[in-house]
Amino acid sequence: MDRADIESRLRDVLVSELGLDAAKINLEANFEQDLDVDSLGVVELLMAMEDEFGVKIPDEEAEHIHTVGEAVDLVHTKLNG
Amino acid sequence: MIDRRRVVVTGIGVLTPIGNDIESFWSSLMAGISGAGPITRFDPSGMRCQIAAEVKGYHAEEHFERREIRRIDVYSQYFLIAARQAMMDSGLAFLPDDERAARAGVMVGGGFGGMQAFIEEVRVLDTRGPDRVSPIGIPKIIANMAAGLASIEHNLLGPVSCVVTACSASANAIGDAAEIIRRGAADVMLAGGAEAAITDYAIASFGQSRALSTRNNDPTAASRPFDAGRDGFVMGEGSGALVLEERERAIARGARIYAEFGGYGMSADAYHITLPRPGGTGAARAMTAAMADAAIGPADVGYINAHGTSTEANDATETAAIKIALGEHAYRVPVSSTKSMTGHVLGGAGAVEAIASILAMERGRLPPTINYEVPDPECDLDYVPNRPREAKVDWVMSNSFGFGGHNVALVFRRPS
Repeated sequence: MDRADIESRLRDVLVSELGLDAAKINLEANFEQDLDVDSLGVVELLMAMEDEFGVKIPDEEAEHIHTVGEAVDLVHTKLNG
Repeated sequence: MIDRRRVVVTGIGVLTPIGNDIESFWSSLMAGISGAGPITRFDPSGMRCQIAAEVKGYHAEEHFERREIRRIDVYSQYFLIAARQAMMDSGLAFLPDDERAARAGVMVGGGFGGMQAFIEEVRVLDTRGPDRVSPIGIPKIIANMAAGLASIEHNLLGPVSCVVTACSASANAIGDAAEIIRRGAADVMLAGGAEAAITDYAIASFGQSRALSTRNNDPTAASRPFDAGRDGFVMGEGSGALVLEERERAIARGARIYAEFGGYGMSADAYHITLPRPGGTGAARAMTAAMADAAIGPADVGYINAHGTSTEANDATETAAIKIALGEHAYRVPVSSTKSMTGHVLGGAGAVEAIASILAMERGRLPPTINYEVPDPECDLDYVPNRPREAKVDWVMSNSFGFGGHNVALVFRRPS
Protein backbone atom coordinates (compact mmCIF):
# COMPACT_ATOMS: atom_id res chain seq x y z
CA MET A 1 0.00 0.00 0.00
CA ASP A 2 1.50 3.32 -0.97
CA ARG A 3 1.26 6.62 0.87
CA ALA A 4 -1.54 7.89 -1.33
CA ASP A 5 -3.66 4.81 -0.60
CA ILE A 6 -3.00 5.14 3.12
CA GLU A 7 -3.83 8.83 3.10
CA SER A 8 -7.04 8.20 1.21
CA ARG A 9 -8.19 5.45 3.56
CA LEU A 10 -7.14 7.39 6.66
CA ARG A 11 -9.09 10.38 5.41
CA ASP A 12 -12.21 8.22 5.03
CA VAL A 13 -11.77 6.83 8.54
CA LEU A 14 -11.29 10.28 10.05
CA VAL A 15 -14.52 11.45 8.49
CA SER A 16 -16.66 8.35 8.96
CA GLU A 17 -15.36 7.07 12.30
CA LEU A 18 -14.24 10.22 14.08
CA GLY A 19 -16.68 12.61 12.43
CA LEU A 20 -13.94 15.10 11.50
CA ASP A 21 -14.49 17.88 8.99
CA ALA A 22 -13.29 16.55 5.60
CA ALA A 23 -12.48 20.04 4.35
CA LYS A 24 -9.88 20.57 7.07
CA ILE A 25 -8.01 17.32 6.57
CA ASN A 26 -4.63 17.57 4.84
CA LEU A 27 -1.19 16.11 5.53
CA GLU A 28 -0.06 19.16 7.51
CA ALA A 29 -3.19 19.32 9.66
CA ASN A 30 -2.46 18.97 13.38
CA PHE A 31 -5.03 16.72 15.06
CA GLU A 32 -5.39 18.75 18.24
CA GLN A 33 -4.91 22.25 16.89
CA ASP A 34 -6.47 22.07 13.44
CA LEU A 35 -8.94 19.20 13.68
CA ASP A 36 -10.16 19.76 17.24
CA VAL A 37 -9.29 16.22 18.38
CA ASP A 38 -9.10 16.10 22.19
CA SER A 39 -7.27 13.55 24.36
CA LEU A 40 -10.15 11.08 24.15
CA GLY A 41 -10.29 11.62 20.41
CA VAL A 42 -6.62 10.76 20.08
CA VAL A 43 -7.32 7.34 21.59
CA GLU A 44 -10.23 6.89 19.19
CA LEU A 45 -7.96 7.90 16.33
CA LEU A 46 -5.37 5.26 17.25
CA MET A 47 -8.02 2.57 17.58
CA ALA A 48 -9.51 3.52 14.22
CA MET A 49 -6.07 3.37 12.60
CA GLU A 50 -5.36 -0.04 14.12
CA ASP A 51 -8.70 -1.38 12.90
CA GLU A 52 -8.41 0.10 9.43
CA PHE A 53 -4.86 -0.98 8.69
CA GLY A 54 -4.51 -4.05 10.89
CA VAL A 55 -1.53 -2.66 12.76
CA LYS A 56 -0.66 -2.25 16.45
CA ILE A 57 0.35 1.20 17.64
CA PRO A 58 1.91 1.15 21.13
CA ASP A 59 1.55 4.28 23.27
CA GLU A 60 5.23 5.19 22.89
CA GLU A 61 4.84 5.33 19.11
CA ALA A 62 1.49 7.07 19.33
CA GLU A 63 3.10 9.98 21.20
CA HIS A 64 4.89 11.02 18.01
CA ILE A 65 1.73 11.38 15.94
CA HIS A 66 0.62 15.01 15.83
CA THR A 67 -0.34 15.53 12.20
CA VAL A 68 -2.18 13.59 9.53
CA GLY A 69 1.11 13.24 7.63
CA GLU A 70 2.83 11.68 10.65
CA ALA A 71 -0.03 9.21 10.97
CA VAL A 72 0.32 8.27 7.31
CA ASP A 73 4.08 7.84 7.74
CA LEU A 74 3.69 5.61 10.77
CA VAL A 75 1.22 3.33 9.01
CA HIS A 76 3.41 3.26 5.91
CA THR A 77 6.46 2.26 7.94
CA LYS A 78 4.52 -0.47 9.76
CA LEU A 79 3.05 -1.93 6.58
CA ASN A 80 6.18 -1.72 4.47
CA GLY A 81 8.82 -2.32 7.10
CA MET B 1 -47.55 30.59 54.40
CA ILE B 2 -43.87 30.40 55.10
CA ASP B 3 -42.04 33.48 53.91
CA ARG B 4 -39.61 32.14 51.37
CA ARG B 5 -38.54 32.59 47.78
CA ARG B 6 -41.19 31.38 45.37
CA VAL B 7 -40.50 29.35 42.24
CA VAL B 8 -42.35 29.43 38.93
CA VAL B 9 -42.21 27.45 35.70
CA THR B 10 -41.25 29.62 32.74
CA GLY B 11 -40.34 27.05 30.10
CA ILE B 12 -41.24 23.49 29.15
CA GLY B 13 -40.10 20.92 26.62
CA VAL B 14 -40.70 17.25 25.87
CA LEU B 15 -39.68 14.41 23.61
CA THR B 16 -42.14 11.55 24.05
CA PRO B 17 -43.57 8.48 22.29
CA ILE B 18 -46.69 10.53 21.53
CA GLY B 19 -45.11 13.79 20.46
CA ASN B 20 -41.69 15.31 19.99
CA ASP B 21 -42.64 18.78 21.19
CA ILE B 22 -45.13 20.33 23.57
CA GLU B 23 -47.97 20.90 21.11
CA SER B 24 -47.86 17.47 19.49
CA PHE B 25 -47.58 15.88 22.93
CA TRP B 26 -50.62 17.84 24.11
CA SER B 27 -52.68 16.97 21.00
CA SER B 28 -51.98 13.29 21.53
CA LEU B 29 -52.91 13.51 25.21
CA MET B 30 -56.21 15.13 24.29
CA ALA B 31 -56.87 12.65 21.46
CA GLY B 32 -56.11 9.67 23.68
CA ILE B 33 -53.42 8.31 21.40
CA SER B 34 -51.25 5.40 22.49
CA GLY B 35 -47.56 5.54 21.64
CA ALA B 36 -47.11 1.78 22.00
CA GLY B 37 -46.30 -0.64 19.20
CA PRO B 38 -44.08 -3.57 18.29
CA ILE B 39 -40.45 -3.00 19.28
CA THR B 40 -38.36 -1.81 16.32
CA ARG B 41 -35.10 -0.93 18.12
CA PHE B 42 -33.97 -4.55 18.15
CA ASP B 43 -35.42 -7.94 17.29
CA PRO B 44 -37.47 -8.98 20.33
CA SER B 45 -38.25 -12.46 19.00
CA GLY B 46 -38.40 -14.99 21.79
CA MET B 47 -38.86 -12.39 24.53
CA ARG B 48 -41.88 -12.38 26.81
CA CYS B 49 -42.52 -8.72 25.99
CA GLN B 50 -42.18 -7.56 22.39
CA ILE B 51 -43.82 -4.14 22.63
CA ALA B 52 -42.79 -0.68 23.76
CA ALA B 53 -43.67 2.98 23.35
CA GLU B 54 -40.82 4.30 21.23
CA VAL B 55 -40.10 7.91 20.33
CA LYS B 56 -41.09 8.29 16.66
CA GLY B 57 -39.26 10.03 13.85
CA TYR B 58 -36.16 10.73 15.90
CA HIS B 59 -33.07 11.43 13.81
CA ALA B 60 -30.08 12.39 15.89
CA GLU B 61 -28.40 14.11 12.92
CA GLU B 62 -31.20 16.68 12.87
CA HIS B 63 -30.18 17.79 16.35
CA PHE B 64 -26.47 17.07 16.73
CA GLU B 65 -23.25 17.13 14.75
CA ARG B 66 -21.75 13.80 13.79
CA ARG B 67 -19.02 14.05 16.37
CA GLU B 68 -21.57 14.79 19.07
CA ILE B 69 -23.69 11.79 18.13
CA ARG B 70 -20.66 9.54 18.58
CA ARG B 71 -19.98 10.97 22.01
CA ILE B 72 -23.45 11.41 23.49
CA ASP B 73 -25.66 8.48 24.45
CA VAL B 74 -29.28 8.64 23.30
CA TYR B 75 -30.30 9.20 26.93
CA SER B 76 -28.41 12.48 27.07
CA GLN B 77 -29.45 13.39 23.53
CA TYR B 78 -33.07 13.07 24.59
CA PHE B 79 -32.57 15.28 27.62
CA LEU B 80 -30.71 17.93 25.63
CA ILE B 81 -33.57 18.14 23.12
CA ALA B 82 -36.24 18.71 25.76
CA ALA B 83 -33.86 21.12 27.50
CA ARG B 84 -33.39 23.18 24.33
CA GLN B 85 -37.15 23.43 23.91
CA ALA B 86 -37.60 24.53 27.51
CA MET B 87 -34.77 27.06 27.40
CA MET B 88 -36.02 28.54 24.13
CA ASP B 89 -39.55 28.62 25.51
CA SER B 90 -38.39 30.48 28.62
CA GLY B 91 -36.48 33.08 26.65
CA LEU B 92 -33.32 32.22 28.57
CA ALA B 93 -31.69 30.09 25.88
CA PHE B 94 -28.71 32.35 25.61
CA LEU B 95 -27.35 33.53 28.91
CA PRO B 96 -24.79 36.04 27.73
CA ASP B 97 -22.96 37.10 30.84
CA ASP B 98 -21.27 34.90 33.37
CA GLU B 99 -22.78 36.67 36.33
CA ARG B 100 -26.25 35.64 35.31
CA ALA B 101 -25.12 32.19 34.21
CA ALA B 102 -23.58 31.59 37.62
CA ARG B 103 -27.03 31.92 39.13
CA ALA B 104 -28.39 29.23 36.80
CA GLY B 105 -27.99 25.47 37.08
CA VAL B 106 -29.38 22.16 35.97
CA MET B 107 -30.73 19.12 37.75
CA VAL B 108 -31.36 15.94 35.77
CA GLY B 109 -33.01 12.68 36.75
CA GLY B 110 -32.45 9.37 35.01
CA GLY B 111 -33.13 5.78 35.93
CA PHE B 112 -30.08 4.27 34.29
CA GLY B 113 -28.04 6.77 32.33
CA GLY B 114 -26.50 5.71 29.04
CA MET B 115 -27.71 2.14 29.01
CA GLN B 116 -27.33 1.70 25.25
CA ALA B 117 -23.68 2.70 25.39
CA PHE B 118 -23.10 0.44 28.37
CA ILE B 119 -24.51 -2.58 26.56
CA GLU B 120 -22.59 -1.84 23.36
CA GLU B 121 -19.31 -1.34 25.19
CA VAL B 122 -19.60 -4.51 27.26
CA ARG B 123 -20.30 -6.43 24.06
CA VAL B 124 -17.14 -4.96 22.54
CA LEU B 125 -15.19 -5.95 25.65
CA ASP B 126 -16.48 -9.52 25.48
CA THR B 127 -16.08 -10.04 21.74
CA ARG B 128 -13.06 -7.92 20.82
CA GLY B 129 -11.19 -7.40 24.08
CA PRO B 130 -10.17 -4.52 26.33
CA ASP B 131 -8.08 -2.77 23.66
CA ARG B 132 -11.17 -2.19 21.53
CA VAL B 133 -13.27 -0.57 24.27
CA SER B 134 -13.97 3.08 23.53
CA PRO B 135 -12.47 5.87 25.63
CA ILE B 136 -15.81 7.64 25.17
CA GLY B 137 -17.71 4.78 26.80
CA ILE B 138 -17.67 5.94 30.41
CA PRO B 139 -18.59 9.57 29.62
CA LYS B 140 -21.50 8.26 27.55
CA ILE B 141 -22.70 5.88 30.24
CA ILE B 142 -22.67 7.99 33.39
CA ALA B 143 -26.15 9.30 34.19
CA ASN B 144 -24.98 12.76 35.24
CA MET B 145 -23.53 13.46 31.78
CA ALA B 146 -26.93 14.76 30.65
CA ALA B 147 -26.57 17.50 33.27
CA GLY B 148 -22.96 18.16 32.36
CA LEU B 149 -23.78 18.45 28.66
CA ALA B 150 -26.72 20.78 29.34
CA SER B 151 -24.49 23.01 31.45
CA ILE B 152 -21.97 23.15 28.60
CA GLU B 153 -24.59 23.88 25.96
CA HIS B 154 -26.42 26.58 27.89
CA ASN B 155 -23.51 27.94 29.91
CA LEU B 156 -25.12 27.10 33.25
CA LEU B 157 -22.42 27.75 35.85
CA GLY B 158 -24.36 27.27 39.06
CA PRO B 159 -25.54 24.09 40.81
CA VAL B 160 -25.39 21.16 38.39
CA SER B 161 -26.29 17.69 39.55
CA CYS B 162 -28.16 14.47 38.87
CA VAL B 163 -30.61 12.25 40.71
CA VAL B 164 -30.81 8.51 40.09
CA THR B 165 -33.92 7.17 41.80
CA ALA B 166 -35.37 4.87 39.13
CA CYS B 167 -38.84 5.92 38.05
CA SER B 168 -39.08 8.84 40.45
CA ALA B 169 -35.76 10.36 39.30
CA SER B 170 -36.96 13.33 37.31
CA ALA B 171 -39.66 14.17 39.85
CA ASN B 172 -36.88 14.29 42.43
CA ALA B 173 -34.84 16.43 40.05
CA ILE B 174 -37.66 18.98 39.75
CA GLY B 175 -38.26 19.06 43.49
CA ASP B 176 -34.57 19.33 44.30
CA ALA B 177 -34.12 22.09 41.72
CA ALA B 178 -37.00 24.05 43.21
CA GLU B 179 -35.45 23.69 46.65
CA ILE B 180 -32.16 25.07 45.34
CA ILE B 181 -33.96 28.20 44.12
CA ARG B 182 -36.00 28.48 47.31
CA ARG B 183 -32.89 28.48 49.47
CA GLY B 184 -31.25 31.09 47.29
CA ALA B 185 -28.44 29.01 45.76
CA ALA B 186 -29.66 29.77 42.23
CA ASP B 187 -32.29 31.87 40.46
CA VAL B 188 -32.85 29.63 37.46
CA MET B 189 -32.75 25.85 37.28
CA LEU B 190 -33.21 23.70 34.21
CA ALA B 191 -34.80 20.54 35.63
CA GLY B 192 -36.14 17.30 34.28
CA GLY B 193 -35.00 13.94 33.11
CA ALA B 194 -34.80 11.33 30.42
CA GLU B 195 -34.63 7.67 29.65
CA ALA B 196 -33.59 5.73 26.57
CA ALA B 197 -33.63 2.13 27.70
CA ILE B 198 -35.65 0.27 25.10
CA THR B 199 -32.80 -2.22 24.79
CA ASP B 200 -32.76 -5.99 24.55
CA TYR B 201 -31.22 -6.18 27.99
CA ALA B 202 -33.78 -3.98 29.75
CA ILE B 203 -36.77 -5.56 28.03
CA ALA B 204 -35.41 -9.01 28.92
CA SER B 205 -34.72 -8.17 32.54
CA PHE B 206 -37.96 -6.26 33.19
CA GLY B 207 -39.71 -9.12 31.39
CA GLN B 208 -38.12 -11.67 33.70
CA SER B 209 -39.35 -9.68 36.70
CA ARG B 210 -42.86 -9.95 35.21
CA ALA B 211 -43.18 -6.17 35.30
CA LEU B 212 -43.97 -5.70 31.59
CA SER B 213 -47.22 -6.20 29.78
CA THR B 214 -47.16 -9.19 27.45
CA ARG B 215 -50.16 -8.05 25.44
CA ASN B 216 -47.96 -8.37 22.36
CA ASN B 217 -50.82 -8.80 19.91
CA ASP B 218 -52.54 -5.58 20.96
CA PRO B 219 -49.85 -3.03 21.89
CA THR B 220 -52.00 0.10 21.97
CA ALA B 221 -54.28 -1.55 24.54
CA ALA B 222 -51.41 -2.88 26.66
CA SER B 223 -50.91 0.10 28.98
CA ARG B 224 -54.23 0.16 30.83
CA PRO B 225 -53.71 1.69 34.26
CA PHE B 226 -56.35 0.95 36.90
CA ASP B 227 -58.22 -1.38 34.52
CA ALA B 228 -58.93 -4.87 35.86
CA GLY B 229 -57.22 -6.40 32.82
CA ARG B 230 -53.85 -4.67 33.34
CA ASP B 231 -50.88 -6.99 33.16
CA GLY B 232 -47.79 -4.81 33.47
CA PHE B 233 -46.25 -1.62 32.18
CA VAL B 234 -45.24 -0.73 28.65
CA MET B 235 -41.70 0.59 28.46
CA GLY B 236 -41.53 4.12 27.13
CA GLU B 237 -38.65 6.48 26.47
CA GLY B 238 -38.08 10.17 26.05
CA SER B 239 -37.55 13.25 28.14
CA GLY B 240 -39.06 16.28 29.78
CA ALA B 241 -37.48 19.53 30.89
CA LEU B 242 -38.73 22.57 32.78
CA VAL B 243 -37.18 25.93 33.43
CA LEU B 244 -37.77 26.82 37.06
CA GLU B 245 -37.20 30.42 38.00
CA GLU B 246 -37.40 32.60 41.08
CA ARG B 247 -40.79 34.28 40.86
CA GLU B 248 -39.83 37.93 41.31
CA ARG B 249 -37.16 37.63 38.66
CA ALA B 250 -39.56 35.96 36.23
CA ILE B 251 -42.18 38.66 36.78
CA ALA B 252 -39.60 41.43 36.42
CA ARG B 253 -38.48 40.21 33.03
CA GLY B 254 -42.05 39.67 31.85
CA ALA B 255 -41.68 35.90 31.44
CA ARG B 256 -44.60 33.69 30.54
CA ILE B 257 -45.45 31.82 33.73
CA TYR B 258 -47.05 28.40 33.26
CA ALA B 259 -47.42 27.52 36.90
CA GLU B 260 -46.02 28.11 40.33
CA PHE B 261 -44.13 25.34 42.05
CA GLY B 262 -46.26 24.45 45.06
CA GLY B 263 -44.72 21.63 47.02
CA TYR B 264 -42.43 18.64 47.12
CA GLY B 265 -42.95 15.52 49.17
CA MET B 266 -40.69 12.50 49.45
CA SER B 267 -40.84 9.28 51.40
CA ALA B 268 -39.48 5.76 51.35
CA ASP B 269 -41.39 2.51 51.54
CA ALA B 270 -38.48 0.79 53.33
CA TYR B 271 -40.11 -2.46 52.35
CA HIS B 272 -38.93 -4.27 49.20
CA ILE B 273 -36.59 -3.75 46.24
CA THR B 274 -39.37 -3.58 43.65
CA LEU B 275 -42.78 -3.99 45.27
CA PRO B 276 -44.64 -1.08 46.86
CA ARG B 277 -45.48 -1.35 50.54
CA PRO B 278 -48.98 -2.88 50.66
CA GLY B 279 -51.63 -0.46 51.80
CA GLY B 280 -49.91 2.54 50.22
CA THR B 281 -48.80 4.22 53.43
CA GLY B 282 -45.41 5.10 51.96
CA ALA B 283 -46.77 6.81 48.87
CA ALA B 284 -49.44 8.51 50.98
CA ARG B 285 -46.77 10.15 53.15
CA ALA B 286 -45.11 11.65 50.07
CA MET B 287 -48.45 13.13 48.95
CA THR B 288 -49.22 14.44 52.44
CA ALA B 289 -45.76 15.98 52.65
CA ALA B 290 -46.19 17.68 49.27
CA MET B 291 -49.53 19.17 50.34
CA ALA B 292 -48.00 20.35 53.62
CA ASP B 293 -45.11 21.93 51.74
CA ALA B 294 -47.63 23.71 49.51
CA ALA B 295 -49.70 24.67 52.58
CA ILE B 296 -52.87 23.20 51.09
CA GLY B 297 -55.36 20.57 52.16
CA PRO B 298 -56.84 17.62 50.26
CA ALA B 299 -59.86 19.65 49.11
CA ASP B 300 -57.54 22.04 47.23
CA VAL B 301 -56.16 19.32 44.97
CA GLY B 302 -58.00 19.53 41.66
CA TYR B 303 -56.21 16.85 39.64
CA ILE B 304 -53.73 14.08 40.26
CA ASN B 305 -51.48 12.77 37.51
CA ALA B 306 -50.94 9.30 38.93
CA HIS B 307 -47.83 7.20 38.72
CA GLY B 308 -50.34 4.67 37.32
CA THR B 309 -47.97 2.21 35.69
CA SER B 310 -50.54 -0.43 34.69
CA THR B 311 -48.94 -3.02 36.95
CA GLU B 312 -51.12 -5.04 39.28
CA ALA B 313 -49.25 -3.85 42.35
CA ASN B 314 -48.79 -0.15 41.64
CA ASP B 315 -52.27 0.84 40.62
CA ALA B 316 -54.06 -0.78 43.54
CA THR B 317 -51.49 0.49 46.04
CA GLU B 318 -51.49 3.99 44.61
CA THR B 319 -55.28 4.08 44.80
CA ALA B 320 -55.07 3.13 48.47
CA ALA B 321 -52.40 5.78 49.00
CA ILE B 322 -54.52 8.52 47.44
CA LYS B 323 -57.37 7.57 49.78
CA ILE B 324 -55.09 7.78 52.81
CA ALA B 325 -53.63 11.13 51.76
CA LEU B 326 -56.84 12.79 50.59
CA GLY B 327 -59.45 11.05 52.72
CA GLU B 328 -63.01 11.37 51.44
CA HIS B 329 -61.88 13.94 48.90
CA ALA B 330 -60.08 11.12 47.06
CA TYR B 331 -63.38 10.12 45.46
CA ARG B 332 -63.95 13.66 44.14
CA VAL B 333 -60.51 14.25 42.61
CA PRO B 334 -59.96 13.33 38.97
CA VAL B 335 -56.96 11.00 38.78
CA SER B 336 -55.48 9.96 35.46
CA SER B 337 -52.45 8.10 34.21
CA THR B 338 -50.90 9.53 31.08
CA LYS B 339 -48.70 6.41 31.00
CA SER B 340 -51.72 4.84 29.34
CA MET B 341 -50.58 6.86 26.31
CA THR B 342 -46.85 7.54 26.74
CA GLY B 343 -45.90 4.21 28.24
CA HIS B 344 -43.56 4.37 31.20
CA VAL B 345 -40.74 6.80 30.53
CA LEU B 346 -39.03 5.55 33.71
CA GLY B 347 -36.51 8.15 34.87
CA GLY B 348 -38.04 10.72 32.53
CA ALA B 349 -41.62 10.03 33.59
CA GLY B 350 -41.73 12.50 36.47
CA ALA B 351 -40.81 15.40 34.20
CA VAL B 352 -43.10 14.38 31.35
CA GLU B 353 -45.99 14.01 33.77
CA ALA B 354 -45.28 17.21 35.68
CA ILE B 355 -45.55 18.96 32.32
CA ALA B 356 -48.79 17.11 31.48
CA SER B 357 -50.17 18.25 34.85
CA ILE B 358 -49.13 21.86 34.31
CA LEU B 359 -50.64 21.94 30.82
CA ALA B 360 -53.88 20.40 32.14
CA MET B 361 -54.14 23.21 34.69
CA GLU B 362 -53.16 25.93 32.24
CA ARG B 363 -55.51 24.77 29.50
CA GLY B 364 -58.39 23.59 31.65
CA ARG B 365 -58.51 20.09 30.18
CA LEU B 366 -57.55 16.93 32.00
CA PRO B 367 -55.84 14.16 30.03
CA PRO B 368 -57.64 10.81 30.22
CA THR B 369 -56.62 7.32 31.27
CA ILE B 370 -57.10 5.43 28.02
CA ASN B 371 -57.86 1.71 27.72
CA TYR B 372 -59.99 1.92 30.83
CA GLU B 373 -62.74 -0.68 30.31
CA VAL B 374 -63.27 -3.01 33.25
CA PRO B 375 -63.28 -1.56 36.77
CA ASP B 376 -61.11 -3.24 39.38
CA PRO B 377 -62.71 -3.28 42.86
CA GLU B 378 -59.34 -2.24 44.27
CA CYS B 379 -59.19 0.78 41.96
CA ASP B 380 -62.37 2.71 42.59
CA LEU B 381 -61.50 6.37 42.02
CA ASP B 382 -62.39 8.70 39.14
CA TYR B 383 -59.69 7.89 36.57
CA VAL B 384 -60.96 10.25 33.82
CA PRO B 385 -61.66 7.23 31.62
CA ASN B 386 -60.86 7.37 27.93
CA ARG B 387 -61.78 10.98 27.16
CA PRO B 388 -60.29 14.28 28.27
CA ARG B 389 -62.40 16.41 30.58
CA GLU B 390 -62.93 20.14 30.87
CA ALA B 391 -62.07 21.27 34.38
CA LYS B 392 -60.82 24.44 36.00
CA VAL B 393 -58.29 23.41 38.62
CA ASP B 394 -56.02 25.56 40.73
CA TRP B 395 -53.72 22.90 42.19
CA VAL B 396 -52.39 19.75 40.58
CA MET B 397 -50.34 16.89 41.97
CA SER B 398 -48.03 14.54 40.10
CA ASN B 399 -46.94 11.24 41.64
CA SER B 400 -43.80 9.28 40.82
CA PHE B 401 -42.58 6.14 42.53
CA GLY B 402 -39.42 4.17 41.92
CA PHE B 403 -37.89 0.75 42.46
CA GLY B 404 -36.10 0.88 45.77
CA GLY B 405 -39.20 2.28 47.45
CA HIS B 406 -38.85 5.93 46.45
CA ASN B 407 -42.06 7.96 46.58
CA VAL B 408 -42.25 11.51 45.25
CA ALA B 409 -45.19 13.88 44.91
CA LEU B 410 -44.98 17.31 43.30
CA VAL B 411 -47.63 20.03 43.60
CA PHE B 412 -48.07 22.94 41.20
CA ARG B 413 -50.53 25.82 41.37
CA ARG B 414 -52.11 28.15 38.90
CA PRO B 415 -49.95 31.29 38.76
CA SER B 416 -51.40 34.08 40.89
